[in-house]
Amino acid sequence: MSKRLGVGGQFIDRSKPIKFQFNGRRFSGFKGDTLASALLANDQVLIGRSFKYHRPRGIVSSGSEEPNALMNLGENETFEPNQRATTTELFEGLTAFSQNHWPSLNFDIGVINNYLSRFLPAGFYYKMFIHPRPFWKYIYEPFIRQSAGLGKAPSVKDTSDYEHFYAFYDLVIIGGGISGLNAALTAAESGLKILIMEQNSEWGGRCLVDFPFINEEPGLKYISRILSELRKYKNVTMRSRMMGAGVYDHGYLLGYERLNDHLSTNEGPRHRLWRIRAKQIITATGAIERPLSFPGNDIPGIMLASAVRDYATNFGVAVGDKVAIFTNNDDAYRTAITLHEIGVTVPVIIDARSSGGGELAHHAKELGIRVENGKAISKVFGQKRVKAVTICDYEKSDANKEKIECDSIAMSGGWSPVVHLFSHCGGKLKWDEDLAMFRPDKAAKPTSSDGLPFVTAVGSANGFLLMNEVLIDTLDGSRTAIRAAGGKINNKKTKEFLDKNEKAPEAIWISPKDANIKKRSKTWLDFQNDVKVSDVELAAREGFESVEHAKRYTTLGMATDQGKLSNINGLAILSSTLGKEIPRVGTTTFRPPYTPISLGSIGGSARNELFQPIRKTPIHEWHEKKGAYMEPVGQWRRPFCYPKEGETHQKAVEREINQTRSSLGLLDASTLGKLLVTGPDAGKFLDMLYTNMMSTLKVGKCRYGLMCSENGFLIDDGVVARIDEQTWLCHTTSGGADRIHSHMEEWLQTEWWDWKVYVANLTEQFAQIGVVGPNARKLLEKIGGLDVSKDALGFMEWKEGKLGKYDARIFRISFSGELSFEVAVPAGQGMAFWKELIELGEEFGVMPYGTEALHVMRAEKGFIMIGDETDGTVIPQDLNLTWAISKKKEDFLGKRAQERAHMVDPNRWKLVGLETLDGSVLPDGAYSTAQGFNSNGQRSTQGRITSSYYSPTLKRGIAMGLILNGPSREGEIIEFPKIDGTIIPAKITSPVFYDPDGEKQNV
Amino acid sequence: MLIFTCPYCGIEADETELTPGGEAHLKRFGPGSSDEEFEGYLFNRENPKGVHFERWRHVYGCGKWFHAARCTLTLEVFGTYSAQTFEPPEEIKERIRAKRPGWKWRNFS
Ligand SMILES: [Zn+2]
Repeated sequence: MSKRLGVGGQFIDRSKPIKFQFNGRRFSGFKGDTLASALLANDQVLIGRSFKYHRPRGIVSSGSEEPNALMNLGENETFEPNQRATTTELFEGLTAFSQNHWPSLNFDIGVINNYLSRFLPAGFYYKMFIHPRPFWKYIYEPFIRQSAGLGKAPSVKDTSDYEHFYAFYDLVIIGGGISGLNAALTAAESGLKILIMEQNSEWGGRCLVDFPFINEEPGLKYISRILSELRKYKNVTMRSRMMGAGVYDHGYLLGYERLNDHLSTNEGPRHRLWRIRAKQIITATGAIERPLSFPGNDIPGIMLASAVRDYATNFGVAVGDKVAIFTNNDDAYRTAITLHEIGVTVPVIIDARSSGGGELAHHAKELGIRVENGKAISKVFGQKRVKAVTICDYEKSDANKEKIECDSIAMSGGWSPVVHLFSHCGGKLKWDEDLAMFRPDKAAKPTSSDGLPFVTAVGSANGFLLMNEVLIDTLDGSRTAIRAAGGKINNKKTKEFLDKNEKAPEAIWISPKDANIKKRSKTWLDFQNDVKVSDVELAAREGFESVEHAKRYTTLGMATDQGKLSNINGLAILSSTLGKEIPRVGTTTFRPPYTPISLGSIGGSARNELFQPIRKTPIHEWHEKKGAYMEPVGQWRRPFCYPKEGETHQKAVEREINQTRSSLGLLDASTLGKLLVTGPDAGKFLDMLYTNMMSTLKVGKCRYGLMCSENGFLIDDGVVARIDEQTWLCHTTSGGADRIHSHMEEWLQTEWWDWKVYVANLTEQFAQIGVVGPNARKLLEKIGGLDVSKDALGFMEWKEGKLGKYDARIFRISFSGELSFEVAVPAGQGMAFWKELIELGEEFGVMPYGTEALHVMRAEKGFIMIGDETDGTVIPQDLNLTWAISKKKEDFLGKRAQERAHMVDPNRWKLVGLETLDGSVLPDGAYSTAQGFNSNGQRSTQGRITSSYYSPTLKRGIAMGLILNGPSREGEIIEFPKIDGTIIPAKITSPVFYDPDGEKQNV
Repeated sequence: MLIFTCPYCGIEADETELTPGGEAHLKRFGPGSSDEEFEGYLFNRENPKGVHFERWRHVYGCGKWFHAARCTLTLEVFGTYSAQTFEPPEEIKERIRAKRPGWKWRNFS
């Protein structure tokens, strides 16, 4: 059994017990434990089920590379799936549930897949679930959905806070082990601004476990001495529980800091995403131990050798009573020695190397531990827990077989440098044949904007595993980075460290060497995604020779651990099956983040009211007080309608329209874009921007204008008023002000930069109110001031002056077809002006109306709306707006494009009105079908609806649409199928349904 | 996440402060141009693996459009310069010649 020992545990505080729950059962651990160490201390070895076969799974590692120990953590608003128990620090009240099993962890129905594994080979889904096609929807998909997926999705909203933090450093060091800390110390007096981060809560990395002494100084003391020295430097920022998540272009770096995951409280930000710019980055990210590939290597109780000694040294936990060791290198002997020292039996060390190990092996033998050289494991007994192993000759599986009892196996297949962060931004790797590892290529580091390297890997991350080499490489690499960041170099030397004499590892990719297919089908590469040696071999045989293809076909390395343990072993199997050398097969791409980061941290504080800025008109507050139903228009919020108590939106809109058309309505039109274009060349410029002539517009007059892109498509429309000789005020659509302002700037700055024109966006400087309806003039006259009589202010004219006490500019323009004035006042006067209009308008039954009434009224008049009648493929000619396209101008944006063959095609769909025969409302966006079928076998179409409303004025449905040869087909009846299969016949009409001669607006 | 120095305000601007505008030094063809000329202007773009000239706008800064010369492969930036010019400044071309001997981009080299 696995248990807590009476001795050891440098991270835990035995005086501080902590209670927690796992699968509803109560457990107890100590402060300083991880969830994994506390579970092991309670003999909880089975902690989950695998993804595909639902096989029992146990903890494999002690760090972020963990593939198996994934938990649903927390409850309700703090619930989070797929959390690694090995990096989850224990706190009072922690609750965890294991994943991917039903009905219980101990008895799981899905394990039946395990017995069907012969029928679930690599690429199974691709092969099996293609035919027959109807099966997909009702049988295959529901089955796969039920059996797939590790964690559960949260069911309630996350209440934690998250934040982003922007930071700038000369030098950022990722990794706080002996290498990273020494790099920081080397750089501390360079004059640079430095950040060093460590993903774990404890600094020191493997040094704390693997090196009891650094040159006579205890490892723990050595680390704390460097830490206290570093803390003296103001230019050095130190952050633990912070992971280097990703390295990006030009020195951009994401740091992921976990602030209160280890606490019972939910106060303050939970995660902080550091968005860092660094001149230079040092990756001191260490190395990860590789598992060995032998039959039954996925059974709970089998762990990485380094993890076994981590649990013993850091947490005082023995992972078993009898721990067998299986290795191809000297490092695993450290585990045997550690276990022996704390009184755990090591029945055997199985060393695949025929000549065995070096000094550490000698030491183990001296302690009386049995060592078997040139041997391998050929079978593991046990299902939910290791019971025994069969060992044999590594070269020959039937030679010298012996069954040895043990309840745990510590395995070591050598070490892989953590090259992820070096590789994220283009750093290249090279294969080291002697150490059987990919390591950073010094000559191919990632380069920055100046074309020079900006990432340097040091220590184990750079492929050095012996302490002395690590220290020398760290000093060397740090100096390179310091120099590149513009810092001063000192001449301190490292003290030489006397490493144990280690013998080289021997790459063994499958054990025993002659393992048959039966054994290879029980030899796991990817524990989380259930990918075995036989799966990769099958993929290679079936032609998935590229490593990227084999990965996706087998799903090797595609689980949440991204193959930190499995990739190199899988790659080696692929290359040997293909008969190619490992470097020729290459690795899959390393992509950020290094380990998954929370979605909350990516969003940061951009949630709820901070999701995006909301723009409010000066009258916004009044609308809200009156209970207006608001709708987003770009970043603005505008009243859709003002429903009265118990009134539907539809009824409110009808009431607003009827009252406006019969007496008086008010519209807050402040969101309308207002671009002031001024300068000696302003007229020439506007002639280029608009399809019609603006330079000839007389001061005091208004003109409706269209703007097209250089592609010829209509992008915006609005009324332009000439203010003075050099100045025009261009109204744009509500959502279009910023876009059109940018459009103008772009042409002014990049094409006609010698033209003397200045553009100012005055949108928010003015409140603009539409006073609309037969009584509109009476209301303005009641306020008094400017003469707004028909003769003094004609249709399409504007005037400025005092209106009551307000500084007004009045435009006599109409988007509703009624007598209408748009009155602009300075934003600060907007609310008072609006309120006064409401007050004085009472005798006319003044009716504030929203965007929906605005839309319906403009549709009744056949006026187009950008975004309804246009969609980026529509030209003004399609909308019968040829009258607004100047024939005199030599050039304007879009003119040449509108001459292209497709644009002058007589068969383009053109704007018409549509009336249903039964008066019903056509579905917006519906297509009209035509005879015949297109080349895809779909029914041919002859047009579509662009706007569709119920018109309270006409008391029937009205619509506008783009129809093939539409205007010449007036009176014809065409069909619009609905989604439910029924068909609505509609008659083609003029798009102007109301007051076609414009008598109402001209009074 | 690229960084460019805005030649107008001198600020080292993060990519989030900028908006891209595609290829630089396009010659506009309007009415009277042939179909081929207009197609080239409207649609055909360079797609080099290496030296490229682009338009960027310092939209959340000074608002100015500028040009950048950079390597699409390594993201090395050879320089930024005013958008109000018909070809890259000689000093930038010189810098590119030194770093990428034999480079050519449209008519420039
Ligand atoms: Zn700028």
